[in-house]
Amino acid sequence: MPDPLLKLDDLAVHFTVGGALSGGVRTLKAVDGVSLEVKQGECLGLVGESGCGKSTLALSIMGLVPPTRGAIALDGQDVARRDRLQTARTVQMVFQDPYASLNPRQTVRRTLADPLRIHGVGDKHEVAARVADMMEKVGLRPEHADRYPHEFSGGQRQRIGIARALILRPKLVICDEPVSALDVSIRAQIINLLLDLKEQMGLSYIMISHDLGVVEHVSDRVAVMYLGRIVEQGGWQEIFEDPRHPYTRALIAAIPDPFRRNTAVTRQKARGEIASALNPPSGCHFHPRCPLKAERCASEVPALEAVAAGHRAACHFRERTN
Amino acid sequence: MKLKGGTSLWIGGGLVFIAIAAALAAPLIALTDPVLDANLMNAEIPPGWDFPFGTDAQGRDIYSRIVYGARVSLTVGIASQILNSLIGVTLGLTAGYWGGWWDDLVSGLTNLMLAIPSLVFALAIMAILGPGLVSLVIALGLTSWSYSCRITRAQVLSLKSQGYVQAAQVLGYGDLRIMFTQVLPNILGPLIVIATLGMGGAILAEAALSFLGLGIRPPFPSWGSMLSEARDQIRTVPWLSVFPGLAIFLTVLGLNLLGDGLRDILDPQSTSRRA
Amino acid sequence: MNALLRVEDLRLALTDSDGRRHDAVENVSFEIARGDAFGLVGESGCGKSITALSIMGLLRRPLSLAGGRIVLDGEEIQDAPAARWRELRGGKIAMIFQEPMTALNPLSPVGRQIAEMFVLHQGASWNEAMDRAEEALRQVRVPSPERRIRDYPHQLSGGMRQRVMIAIALACSPELLIADEPTTALDVTVQAEIVDLMAELCAAKGTAILMISHDLGLVANMCRRVAVMYAGRIVEAQPSDAIFATPRHPYTQGLVNSLPRLGERAQRGQQRLREIAGVVPSIQAYPAGCRFNPRCASATEICRLEAPEATPLPADGIVRCFHHA
Repeated sequence: MPDPLLKLDDLAVHFTVGGALSGGVRTLKAVDGVSLEVKQGECLGLVGESGCGKSTLALSIMGLVPPTRGAIALDGQDVARRDRLQTARTVQMVFQDPYASLNPRQTVRRTLADPLRIHGVGDKHEVAARVADMMEKVGLRPEHADRYPHEFSGGQRQRIGIARALILRPKLVICDEPVSALDVSIRAQIINLLLDLKEQMGLSYIMISHDLGVVEHVSDRVAVMYLGRIVEQGGWQEIFEDPRHPYTRALIAAIPDPFRRNTAVTRQKARGEIASALNPPSGCHFHPRCPLKAERCASEVPALEAVAAGHRAACHFRERTN
Repeated sequence: MKLKGGTSLWIGGGLVFIAIAAALAAPLIALTDPVLDANLMNAEIPPGWDFPFGTDAQGRDIYSRIVYGARVSLTVGIASQILNSLIGVTLGLTAGYWGGWWDDLVSGLTNLMLAIPSLVFALAIMAILGPGLVSLVIALGLTSWSYSCRITRAQVLSLKSQGYVQAAQVLGYGDLRIMFTQVLPNILGPLIVIATLGMGGAILAEAALSFLGLGIRPPFPSWGSMLSEARDQIRTVPWLSVFPGLAIFLTVLGLNLLGDGLRDILDPQSTSRRA
Repeated sequence: MNALLRVEDLRLALTDSDGRRHDAVENVSFEIARGDAFGLVGESGCGKSITALSIMGLLRRPLSLAGGRIVLDGEEIQDAPAARWRELRGGKIAMIFQEPMTALNPLSPVGRQIAEMFVLHQGASWNEAMDRAEEALRQVRVPSPERRIRDYPHQLSGGMRQRVMIAIALACSPELLIADEPTTALDVTVQAEIVDLMAELCAAKGTAILMISHDLGLVANMCRRVAVMYAGRIVEAQPSDAIFATPRHPYTQGLVNSLPRLGERAQRGQQRLREIAGVVPSIQAYPAGCRFNPRCASATEICRLEAPEATPLPADGIVRCFHHA
């Protein structure tokens, strides 16, 4: 059985915030014990709202934020032992905001060619060929390579961002909310593009999104995060048709259903506000908002345990089906 | 004052060009030797045919002194500001990007520099180095870097979380490459404006130091010292102060407009750039 | 029919930096009955937000009202004097915005900001107003309202701030509440709560809602009727269940079909999403004829030459297309 492409083992990323003058030093547990795997060729959907730690998780997989605890293994090798350049050729990222993720003073050509040069592609012709090839792959005209980002629309800029992420031919691409900042009518274009490229280039994705429709559409497996912990993970169909964690059910219930159909999942909405990651509730982080809340939820942290093969939920009531 | 299109660049550039040209061509365009041709018989003659800007208390031609004075003021202004920017930008860039103990150190040093009156500090340096043009440039360069450092650092901090800086890190760019190719080009705008303002400030600081006898000593001309010498006679012998004052004013204005124009050109999104 | 708000043939112009005038919004007409919920859907730049601003009398240069009427409760208000607008705003019409952090005064405690409404519009004393502010916070389900009235906006979460905005807007029981993307900046679970809250309170007070959003699903779920705007024009208007089940305009069809919806993959497998080609045009470069024509698969010659008129549909609907379904 080959190693999974990415393996996170009890990963934790804690930040210390504050100081003597602002209410004391506190620990922000952005990521609090996350274990997951991404297999070759798979798309893992990562769902969660603000404060759940998904962005911090992405940054630490990329090597930009050092973990406080736990291990990140890429292709079987611990990331801490790899060098920066090697990691860059294995994992890349597509950023959320196409208006802030491109250097406004660089032409598209430079944005795409520089990484190649840094990674040792010396031949001018090869660089130019790869830049043109990548631009075509993402649906842009290679003649436009010498333009600046502000000359492109939001959707086109995102395509440039995708081209940049793929120019080094990585194996794993983390897409952090790739379509949330785009106009609704062009989101489909970008989602289709990402799926096409995954096929063509044999990529694996981690798709981070709060849009459950997008996540259901593109993912093979889904993990749901809440305040730094994974509360449920499983295959896409299991998660959406048979969610076993109240938070997952709440996310699904929160989506406005224009047809007002009766879905298989009974609507169970979450109450109240998302707690702060600085001061998370004790025991199960979700308990203050949970319709199933019981005594033990406030004191005992539920473990992420299996309810079926490959489907795990961190809830004391994981056996309940509605 | 935002002028339409490239007007800032042309007017500013024009004024600065005139000042620089005057400085370089001084021996050719001056009428007399600014130091030696002093004839007390010609003292304090108002502007006229022989002496376009009049003469000063020692009978020296003011026009010639202005032209030669350009050399001093411009050298001091431009050179000290270059030194100033090099120090300030480098410290600010690295402090903002790396953070940690280096940032603490640089910020502490910046606060210290801002707390000490710059002129006093410059005085101290001049006292050690002795008077003269080079010492003046070094002194002014070493005392006012804190402004550009602070602004640079603030800009870097706000830029660090921009997607493209993170993307560069993720692509394997080294720290230095990121600082100089990703961050620096995007913060040049404010830095250029500060640099041009700083040049004006340096020219004025030179005046103060020259007056105190620590800058350019008489009889050598500099606009600042000429202004200082004429201080008591602004109403009685106006041409002594009007012309040096005008020279400083026009040069500093030119530098500011030039700075605006350059900043507009360097920004690929600005409307005044011809695509 | 005695409509609360009637917008007739609204035309809004934008004067760009070169001095040219463009029609940012044109030919926009709709009606909202008392206590009704009406949705205006469209992407960024389609003109929905400035339409809302014009109904509030908040258009500023470079935007201007170039034509049409806005009739509120029988009174024509599009040319009303500033003093009349000040009475109307907060009193008869209220608006809540997308980003509560910028809409609230950061230097004033939230209780005071709510209380101001009572003082300004109903002549209450400050003490009385503060009591009523606490009650208003309770109504929007802010926990511990007696403590929250003293909080500053930055001390509250996004969802809380939006509740405060709703409290301010509904304080004087206006007849019409305009909500411009009120939940876009909020987390999904909080969004659902806010939308439910708004619907409930407005039903209780008899306040009509004009809901503006890019999220067709959200609007169709909350409102009785929906109008879809594209490039400054209303291209389709229908009752909300019809607009999702049977969209008639190619743009609406594109919107409905292009976004993945829960449950579809289980039914139909992972199919390619149906794309809408092209990009949203900018105001300075609106296409001639039907503005959607460059992106429309059904476009023909006439679409490029003439702007389609409104074709009536059942249940008071309209569609503007030469080739509507």
